[in-house]
Amino acid sequence: MVQATIERTVSDEAVGTLRELLVFTLGDEQYAIDILKVQEIRGYESVTRIAGAPAFIKGVVNLRGSIVPIVDMRLKFALGEASYTPFTVVIILNVLERTVGIVVDGVSDVIQLAPDAIREAPEFGAAVDTAYIEGLSQVGDSMVIVMDIERLMSSAEMSLMEIERHAQSGQQQGGAVNG
Amino acid sequence: MAKKILTVDDSASIRQMVGFTLKSAGYEVSEAPDGQAGFAQAQGARFDLVLTDQNMPGMDGLSLIRALRKLPSYGATPVLMLTTESSEQMKTMGRAAGATGWLVKPFDPQKLLDVVKRLIG
Amino acid sequence: MSIDMSQFHQVFFDETDEHLANMESLLLELDLAAPDEESLNAIFRAAHSIKGGSATFGFSDLAELTHVLENLLDRVRKGTMALTSPMVDAFLHAKDVLGAMLAAHRGHGAAVVGDDVATVRSELEAFAAADDPARQTIPATPVAAAAAEKHTLFIEIDADSGADIPAIIADLGMQGALETVQDAAGDPVRPWVLRLDSPLDVTEASETLSFVLAPESFRITRDLGADESDGFGLFIGAPAAPDPDVAFEEDGFGLFTPLATASTPPEDDSFGLFEPLSTAEAVAAKTTPAAPAAAAHVERGVGGGENSIRVNIEKVDLLLNLVGELVITQSMLVQSGSVLDPVDHERLLNGINLLQRNSRELQEAVMSIRMTPVAFVFNRFPRVVRDMAQKLDKQVELKMVGENTELDKSFIEKLSDPLTHLVRNSLDHGIEAPEVRVAKGKPAQGQLTLRAFHQGGSIVIEVTDDGAGLNRERILAKARERGMAVTDTMSDDEVWGLIFEPGFSTAAAVTDVSGRGVGMDVVKRNILTLGGRVEIDSLPDYGTTIGIHLPLTLAIMDGMSVRIGQETYILPLSFILESLQPVAGDVKSVNGRGRVVNVRGEYLPIVTLAQMFHVPDAKRAPTEAILIIVESAGTRVALMVDDLIGQQQFVVKNLENNYHKVDGLSGATILGDGHVALILDVSTIVRSNQKAAQGLTALAVAEA
Repeated sequence: MVQATIERTVSDEAVGTLRELLVFTLGDEQYAIDILKVQEIRGYESVTRIAGAPAFIKGVVNLRGSIVPIVDMRLKFALGEASYTPFTVVIILNVLERTVGIVVDGVSDVIQLAPDAIREAPEFGAAVDTAYIEGLSQVGDSMVIVMDIERLMSSAEMSLMEIERHAQSGQQQGGAVNG
Repeated sequence: MAKKILTVDDSASIRQMVGFTLKSAGYEVSEAPDGQAGFAQAQGARFDLVLTDQNMPGMDGLSLIRALRKLPSYGATPVLMLTTESSEQMKTMGRAAGATGWLVKPFDPQKLLDVVKRLIG
Repeated sequence: MSIDMSQFHQVFFDETDEHLANMESLLLELDLAAPDEESLNAIFRAAHSIKGGSATFGFSDLAELTHVLENLLDRVRKGTMALTSPMVDAFLHAKDVLGAMLAAHRGHGAAVVGDDVATVRSELEAFAAADDPARQTIPATPVAAAAAEKHTLFIEIDADSGADIPAIIADLGMQGALETVQDAAGDPVRPWVLRLDSPLDVTEASETLSFVLAPESFRITRDLGADESDGFGLFIGAPAAPDPDVAFEEDGFGLFTPLATASTPPEDDSFGLFEPLSTAEAVAAKTTPAAPAAAAHVERGVGGGENSIRVNIEKVDLLLNLVGELVITQSMLVQSGSVLDPVDHERLLNGINLLQRNSRELQEAVMSIRMTPVAFVFNRFPRVVRDMAQKLDKQVELKMVGENTELDKSFIEKLSDPLTHLVRNSLDHGIEAPEVRVAKGKPAQGQLTLRAFHQGGSIVIEVTDDGAGLNRERILAKARERGMAVTDTMSDDEVWGLIFEPGFSTAAAVTDVSGRGVGMDVVKRNILTLGGRVEIDSLPDYGTTIGIHLPLTLAIMDGMSVRIGQETYILPLSFILESLQPVAGDVKSVNGRGRVVNVRGEYLPIVTLAQMFHVPDAKRAPTEAILIIVESAGTRVALMVDDLIGQQQFVVKNLENNYHKVDGLSGATILGDGHVALILDVSTIVRSNQKAAQGLTALAVAEA
């Protein structure tokens, strides 16, 4: 069972210059997200199913007394087989004052990127909609997709939150009023 | 052994101020927020001096003084009224109730200490 | 010694805040026709306390204004001045100014303008001037100095002395100028206190009284001169007073010179004169213990104050964090322990188990500290409603229900603005003007109700008015105006939802009271940010109810855990009537549409929860399953589950914190093994089956 807490290293240069990101794999692609949004990494276990939720929302777990929903990114973005083994990784995120977990294929590293190391992403067929992609970066041999995880998790398509917090289209998710 | 003083006042800030002043001078201080609690505390322990406010909900200062005076152990204990005015009426009522004396609020902490020292040393 | 008084300021500020709030709510509750005496006393005491404290700590602006207020209040409570509505307004105004002064001293607000203070002062003083002091002081006998020697005596007479005290007083009054300082008529405990200026000295007076009163039922003392220079004084001869021969002549001190009682005949020691020690003790010994009497005299204990302490909210949060850390640590231990051989390490593992339970209990206990009664938010509304109703020329009665309902402290502050807006809306647009209401056949006075209650894992706060209700047509028209896509066939719920759109206000004339329509969308957003939701119910000319649902951070309920397929669910015990396993003959199928069960002659629809919640591998036949009969809002249904597991208390966790509301579920809980179990929302489940229930049972009866 994989379980670890992320240690945050704060260096003086990091402020305003280098960004610290966590890299994880999803299918064939590598994604990097802001380390500050990551609370911890856990294994996949004891998920309680919630009826009526979309298939990619596996259910909720008990995280030290809090009820936290778990989203399987592999199902959401239709990336190959979604298996659940003792080595399955769940990244617990803190986004918009909420705690949510995402199931990914694996976690690689914590990297530091200078802002100019992130190039704008062209329209290319990444699994994740480019609306949520900040850019691309070269890390060693591989290409890493820098993602705005907060925007993604709060979007309507994730069905996690009542309203689209970033209020892009001004349209609201149903249910809030009629409750 | 340190002398023990009971302060009865429904204002927490006054109790704190009085308590602090007296403790700094070496007295042991107990506090009660109203007459009834003060009376209960007085019965539970032997105090060398009682300071009591007048206007309190439930049992007021004068009633407390009268009640204390009827206790054998408090027949001779100095009881000071903390009062906001020094009128004839106050004095009459206070004396009639059995108070030893009075101290007008707002009082200087030093004066409080002087009076207390005079009464119990 | 110089003491830094500022260390007490914070406590004084908090105290004064409470006094001011208390004053306001008491003033608002007063029945002007017959004001409650204890309330008047309490209001006076509040002002009096503020005066005393502010003088002590040097806040002279507060002290001076409160002094004026206090004088008026004193007269009112003594009955020498009648209480009118304009006076209450002036008192409330003074309270506001005092509040502003206090805020300025705290550093939270601008300094109060001198004009404001002067205005409210003159308001108060106008009342004082209009009312002549009724009390007449006993005139000193004329040419006192030249007349025969006068003595000023203070006479205390026990009320239960059995004699006709008014007659005695009348007699004494013949001797000179008599003032009744304390009238104890009808009072079982307090004594009469009189002040007599007459040629009688102590001995003569006591002889006079001895004819009609038992000596132990009265006490006489003598005042040889009042002094003006006192901040302090000791009654010479009083119990424990220092040696009377020592004269105090310091500034700010005052002492009464020795009484003439020294000449009292020794055997007559039964008077309670202010003599040193021995006499006082002798008197004390004769009287019965006063404790019961004292107890009887006390009207009511101090409300709640003795059982609570003030704690800085930061300390509570720190405590919560530490407990959180503790829980993490014990999880780590559980983890580490899980790889150990249970037999070799039995004690260790048992200990870890126990620790897990203890830390969970600790966590719940600490979280409950943050729960505060919703009264703290509600309390401002009597004033708000009163002021607004006055301004709008409407008559409104405010009712508040469930003020003791508790919710997390952080919500208290965030609830205030949205609630205020809703209340203002109700008063402004909901409740009609008195004439309009009467024309509709309603009472002129409108009703506004604030209600708070727990429901599952949420707290619900409702603002209900019996006003005009939402105008569906107007809302639709306005929506069309703004180019929104609406149809006439939209349900009421959908139409009501439109008012939450930004910039939406259907008020015919935008009054300054409730704003330019920027309100409702902000209200909704605020509530959603808290993880809650807003619901509206409205009926034309009947009224409107707006309900704010907020997640409870802590709620404990009694529940029944049940198994459906491989999953565990929880049912709140309060809905459960009974459970049974039916026999085949009692179960009927109706037109293939659904099944009902016969329970003692009544047919109840069977709700197959496995179907509702898409649970695979659940039992299909009711005769093999368990039926739990539940009742909600008068309707009964039978819920089908595989098995009953057990009954216990559950801590209700809400789903909305990190997820969102799910139909059919009212929350979740954490089982002993750490797994999450979902709590069924029985009331909505019953409701969604209601129509079916009515249809079914009718058919079933027909078929039976």
